[in-house]
Amino acid sequence: MKQGTTIPADKFRIIGINEQESEALARKRIGYWQDAWRRFKQNKIALAAAVILVILIFFIIFGPMMSGYDYEAMDQSAINQFPSAAHWFGTDSLGRDLFARVWQAGRISIIIGLVAALVSSLVGSLYGGIAAYFGGTVDDVMMRIVEILLSIPYLLIVILISVFTDSKSLGTMLVALTLTGWCGIARIVRGQMLQLKQQEFVLAANALGVSPMKIILRHMIPNTLSLIIVAITFDIPGYIFSEAFLSYVGLGIQSPQTSWGALASAAQEKFMFYPYQLFFPALMIALTMLSFTLMGDGLRDALDPKQRK
Amino acid sequence: MRKFITKRILYMVLTLFVITAATFFLMHSIPGDPLSYMARNLPEQTRLNYYAKYGLDKPVTEQFVLFLKNFFTTGSLGESLRYPGREVTDTILTNSSVSVVPGGLALLIGLVIGVTLGIIASLHKNKWPDYVVMFIAVLGITMPVFVLASLFQYFFSVKFQLLPTTGWGKPKNVVLPVACMCFGTIATYARYVKSNMLDVMGQDYILTAEAKGVSGFNVIRKHVLKNAFLPCITLLGGQISGIFTGSFVVEKIFGIPGLGFYFISSINDRDYTMIIGTTVFAAGLFVIAQLIIDIAYGLLDPRIRVR
Repeated sequence: MKQGTTIPADKFRIIGINEQESEALARKRIGYWQDAWRRFKQNKIALAAAVILVILIFFIIFGPMMSGYDYEAMDQSAINQFPSAAHWFGTDSLGRDLFARVWQAGRISIIIGLVAALVSSLVGSLYGGIAAYFGGTVDDVMMRIVEILLSIPYLLIVILISVFTDSKSLGTMLVALTLTGWCGIARIVRGQMLQLKQQEFVLAANALGVSPMKIILRHMIPNTLSLIIVAITFDIPGYIFSEAFLSYVGLGIQSPQTSWGALASAAQEKFMFYPYQLFFPALMIALTMLSFTLMGDGLRDALDPKQRK
Repeated sequence: MRKFITKRILYMVLTLFVITAATFFLMHSIPGDPLSYMARNLPEQTRLNYYAKYGLDKPVTEQFVLFLKNFFTTGSLGESLRYPGREVTDTILTNSSVSVVPGGLALLIGLVIGVTLGIIASLHKNKWPDYVVMFIAVLGITMPVFVLASLFQYFFSVKFQLLPTTGWGKPKNVVLPVACMCFGTIATYARYVKSNMLDVMGQDYILTAEAKGVSGFNVIRKHVLKNAFLPCITLLGGQISGIFTGSFVVEKIFGIPGLGFYFISSINDRDYTMIIGTTVFAAGLFVIAQLIIDIAYGLLDPRIRVR
């Protein structure tokens, strides 16, 4: 026995055990979404992208009223004017104020992007989920259908719809874009769900007699949600791009309504003489693409637990 | 393996048939026919004669059977209705061989640059090379192609007068279209390769290799690169078939006589034979490329080797 290392017994005392406190959590509980948000906040680039997006959306909502010009109003005395104090973004060949037009166009473009992406991801994830859940022949047939839909020329479908409905309105455009647009997400979701299907918690749910639809909705879709959200953020600019392409081909939104794609493709022909007419819509498309893509990257890192450092 | 390939080929044939049928009936359901666009003021009898000549007076199902019969017995897709005297197969072959040049070059250059940038970015994650690469990659996909093309034409043809604006036939003519087209490819591959590399680097076998004392360079070269490249093969499928069909926008802006133009114009002209011809061509390429890639993937990746 060594001297000096012993502590006298009276130095100890019983302070009691508080059973409730021993079970208390030392830190605040953090759920999946809070955790994701915490990691998203640390990503400066993604955060900056989100801020740009908020600014863009602010202007899209309030911009058309700010310049004091109506986006449809033509002014023969002010044709093709360069940006000035009166017309901040200049005017087009009919004397319409481009500031009002660019933001009005933004409304259409963003609506197309958002609605098309949401609808197609909803349809796509349900379709992919069903295909993956049932597997076998059902899966084979369903995926064959997707393959076929993807190979039919997309323009043929767009033209067909615009001719059938006899309009080139926003609604027609949305139908045309989403009709085959969901196929991509269906494939992604199916792939992910095939993996999930092998896992024990789905087996357990099955053994407990949970209905197939409920397993898809309650167990498999939530686990695929991060993939779907990321796909949506990449799809939104994708649809804005597709719309721009359709406008370039002449199948897009028709005047006096307009979209960024329509503005840009109209300005493209006169680019040598009036570069500013192309500059502003192209800048808006680029900013939207940029911020959605960077935000999507950030979301992917934030939502994927495997990326945790 | 043989069973798998046979099954896939059967599927392929079935898919192609359904695509052909679907396109055939879809295009006939678009109001208007070739004559209503090209010759509005024909006398009634002449019009009927024309319909009879091209077999357009028959019911659609019968036309479809005839089309299939013609294709399988003679290999012909018929004569263009918009450009009488031109065989659709000839048009497709001549023009797609033009489209292949800029499309193939753009894919090759885009692939090389994109993969290189992706590797650089992944090796320097969250440092400045990563940010620079990702910035370039994202820039590549922020501009619609027609805007990019206009900018290129403005700067390189008008301002600096280095390259011709439009035209075809000289090596100089290829530069701008290829530059326009490879931007998207660079962006796609840089991002894809980067995320694949990072994914593989997080795997246990990389840790094992490092623990065993394999040098950093060798770990990357032997273990990471191989596994990171595999998924890229799936991306290639759609793009390889795409280079034959060409890009409508780029070909229109730079005046390249490729196949992309016919894709759009044939639909607008209701040129039935051309629509079905280009569709079958594109779909066939797409399905074949998909098959080759599935087989290649099975051969290269032992984990999913088909039994």
